[in-house]
Amino acid sequence: MRARRGIGFWAAILHRLSGLALVLFLPMHFLLLATALRGEAALDGWLRLADMPLVKVAEWGLVVLLSLHLLLGLRLLILEFLPWSGLRHGWIWGGVAASLALGAVFIGQVA
Amino acid sequence: MMERPIEARLFAIQRVTALVLAPLVLVHLGLILWAVEGGLTAAEILGRTRGSLVWTAFYGVFVFAAATHGAIGLRNILVEWARMARPAAAKISLGVASILLVLGLRAVWAVFA
Repeated sequence: MRARRGIGFWAAILHRLSGLALVLFLPMHFLLLATALRGEAALDGWLRLADMPLVKVAEWGLVVLLSLHLLLGLRLLILEFLPWSGLRHGWIWGGVAASLALGAVFIGQVA
Repeated sequence: MMERPIEARLFAIQRVTALVLAPLVLVHLGLILWAVEGGLTAAEILGRTRGSLVWTAFYGVFVFAAATHGAIGLRNILVEWARMARPAAAKISLGVASILLVLGLRAVWAVFA
């Protein structure tokens, strides 16, 4: 059986890849925070990396991916557990739009 | 696939951890957008978390749920996409869960203590 490559297929791919990216990012996130064990200045030193434009872009990507993973995941939970009918394709577009909007707010905050 | 009891259990754990994570991620995203204005500083972060049992409990639960959820998700990718044998995928994902748990709890402790 072959899944038809509609919007639901791409939502599943996006959900999975965003989850994978988040898992790969988490150890770095944790290691950076743990530099606080060596004092506030040590953490601050690493936080200055966030001034680099490339790091800001990466952070923007992570915010958008986290939001996407959350909203696409909520759609799956709705499909599986709520007695509502339909495939909730509107959720996918809404999730993408909301995540991009969140990303835009992030850019506005760091720019 | 679902005739294997372990698959059904992992499926259930993945949903339960997702339900736990959803509100935590929502708060985390809100905090990121609010806190990132004007750049992050250690003083700002530690001012919030040092000695705070509420944030420590919040992030402690977050780490447990994320480590579990991420490891099960990774296992699914290894089995379904990388065609890895289940025992090997289980070993890798258990290792990843342990790493995320140790590093995560260490980070929570670092910003609390």
